[in-house]
Amino acid sequence: MPNTIHIPTPLRPFTDKKESVDVSGGTVGEMLVDLTTRYQGLKKHLYTDEGKLRNFVNVYLNDEDIRYLQREQTPVKPGDSLSIVPSVAGGAGSVLPKPKAKAEVAGVIWQ
Amino acid sequence: MALALEQGVAEAIRQHGADTYPNECCGALIGREGRVTATYALPNTTEEGPRRRFLVRPDDYREAEKQARHAGGDLLGFYHSHPDHPARPSQYDLDHAWPFFSYIIVSVRTGAPEDMTSWRLREDRSAFDQEDLTDA
Repeated sequence: MPNTIHIPTPLRPFTDKKESVDVSGGTVGEMLVDLTTRYQGLKKHLYTDEGKLRNFVNVYLNDEDIRYLQREQTPVKPGDSLSIVPSVAGGAGSVLPKPKAKAEVAGVIWQ
Repeated sequence: MALALEQGVAEAIRQHGADTYPNECCGALIGREGRVTATYALPNTTEEGPRRRFLVRPDDYREAEKQARHAGGDLLGFYHSHPDHPARPSQYDLDHAWPFFSYIIVSVRTGAPEDMTSWRLREDRSAFDQEDLTDA
């Protein structure tokens, strides 16, 4: 029996609009690696440049937050499913000033 | 790029921003194909100071997706307010943004809602691009 990962709305454009994807792997981390190998566009949204899961990416193994299990080392059984659930965060804390010239916006386009 | 707001949507966001001032408000945008038909107000659960931060917890995110499904639409994005700050995204907004979502920001000055803008994360996460807000 395959293992399934449920994909949240903003990541479905990377999975051909699939709401869930069948993957293989013996641990949570291996399932996620298989997912990002199949759909490489997902990687930068799930992982930091250092290869760690972003802190607003929540992963549940059969509805249990993997932070309370063994995180990515958590073993999985055939038929287990993972859910990727976003936290959504933001705020005015560090609104950047308007750049003076167009050249300054290269890379980061704060108005 | 444009995001169309049906009648009442912009007013609901502005009112939510005024109601929670001086704290930030947040909520979900529900609709279909670039047209927002409804908003779904959510609690700001940040523990970092709600005057400058907002947080939608995973359970509330799931509820927003559920509400969108029940409405026969999709989750198109989220809105939040910037109390006494411009309606421009912050570095913190950028660091925490999800692709393909629209992020509406309403500036609230001394309790009164003012400018409202909408933004989308670039696919390489390097920046937001502003999208036009139009009446549906």
